[in-house]
Amino acid sequence: MISMIGNYLQGIGRALFFLFTIIAALPSALARPRLMAQQLYSVGVLSLVIVVLSGSFIGMVLALQFYRTLQVFGAGDSLGVAIALSVVREFGPVVTALLFAGRAGSALAAEIGLMKATDQLSGMEMMAVDPVKRVIAPRFLAGLISMPLLSFIFTVMAIGVAGGHAIGVSLLGVDAGSYWAGIREVLHGDDIRDALIKTLVFGAACSWIAVYQGYHAAPTSAGVARATTNTVVISSLAILALDFILTAFMF
Amino acid sequence: MTSPSPDAARSGITPLVQVRGLKFSHGPRVIYDAVDIDIPRGKVTAIMGPSGTGKTTLLRLIGGQWKPNAGSVVFDGIDVHSQSRSQLFAMRKRMGMLFQNGALLTDLTVFDNVAFPLREHSKLPESMIRDLVLMKLNAVGLRGARDLYPEELSGGMSRRVALARAISLDPELVMFDEPFTGQDPISMGVLMRLIRELNNALGLTSIVVSHDVEEVLSISDYAYVIAGGKVLGQGTPEQVRASESPLVQQFLKGEHDGPVPFHYKASPYAQDLLGAAAGARS
Repeated sequence: MISMIGNYLQGIGRALFFLFTIIAALPSALARPRLMAQQLYSVGVLSLVIVVLSGSFIGMVLALQFYRTLQVFGAGDSLGVAIALSVVREFGPVVTALLFAGRAGSALAAEIGLMKATDQLSGMEMMAVDPVKRVIAPRFLAGLISMPLLSFIFTVMAIGVAGGHAIGVSLLGVDAGSYWAGIREVLHGDDIRDALIKTLVFGAACSWIAVYQGYHAAPTSAGVARATTNTVVISSLAILALDFILTAFMF
Repeated sequence: MTSPSPDAARSGITPLVQVRGLKFSHGPRVIYDAVDIDIPRGKVTAIMGPSGTGKTTLLRLIGGQWKPNAGSVVFDGIDVHSQSRSQLFAMRKRMGMLFQNGALLTDLTVFDNVAFPLREHSKLPESMIRDLVLMKLNAVGLRGARDLYPEELSGGMSRRVALARAISLDPELVMFDEPFTGQDPISMGVLMRLIRELNNALGLTSIVVSHDVEEVLSISDYAYVIAGGKVLGQGTPEQVRASESPLVQQFLKGEHDGPVPFHYKASPYAQDLLGAAAGARS
């Protein structure tokens, strides 16, 4: 029991130390724009399709669900407000982060784990290239930058013409003017700031978990598989727990 | 091929790498127990031993990737393990290492793999990097394979690319980790010739870790046989072949039983079988 707690604390210590090493290596990642562009592409751009599609579907489902409820109170015109607030505050950051963990986080962990298993990381070290600077930091930073952008795109898709607007206005017949005017009236800068904070925290958590799991994977096929699974499971739980904590503070 | 004994080397020019009293354990397993090894300059030195004796570990200790429990590794007068990280990295630019599977970066082409250390460590213009890379690739006979990706290469070809990469910064020391394992006779011959010729042509010092006895002895100037955490024999290839140590002889001749037993440590066979029967009856 005590050794279990010891192992657990040791793991947290290692992960924190790893995070500090990454943060110290961030400036050198920023100094390599081409490397960053590659990582932004594979972490961010390649996650676009899944984020765009999920955003649209979530927006459409929310429009259907909210409309039924609002209609009971004769408040069908408030559909835009209901969708916008729930998407900006919750669905945008949380669902994007969960999708990100499944798409980009697992790919990061598997890629880094395989690089370790095939001695590419030791090879870099022996070529006097620090793998934390060359491999880990750019990927971490790309995750951190991509998450708010992806979440923004998700939010726009869910509220906009492809999502809530499509169902609410075009199908259910809510007035387009009141759909948008309601959003403009109720959605404040605070909501957007809070959403930005959430996405940054989720982005940091997901990327940190993914690169840590990959970098510390056992250098075998079973080890890489475990790292990938751990990344998705731990990231998802971390996102939901962090979301509760952040929401409680922002309430 | 004449080679100085370590004593001669010590009295004349100092060896490039001096390992003294090296102790290293991996968990409860003792891998090195006070080992002394000298790597003479400009020579090909073979480190031989059965699988699992930590030959690769030795290279990682020399490269400063792992720290020994005791003892020292001195590279050209510098104690490897008392260096700061940046000093260690500066030192590694003077070493090249060839990993067993090549360890090529899978997302880069052959050309970019060989250019990788140059691009990371020099500010040379791209045209000069191109010339240098093509020269290194030509030396290993793979100038025509520059646009292939590592997964398109055969095992022997990836090792040759890794060799081109290892010498791209013109290091003083090149370490080969099991360069012959799993190679067909032709690519084995190619690799042997490359190791020997590059060592002479570029004035390198090479360490070849291998258990392919005949191949590695035929290209080396000096050889060590390591097993059970100790140096069992050393000398020129002729001296090693003539060694009287039964373990060295077993290793060189590939006998299945001897000082290294065929059977993993176990209780007596008959007792084991009878014990199982007794257990089944009760």
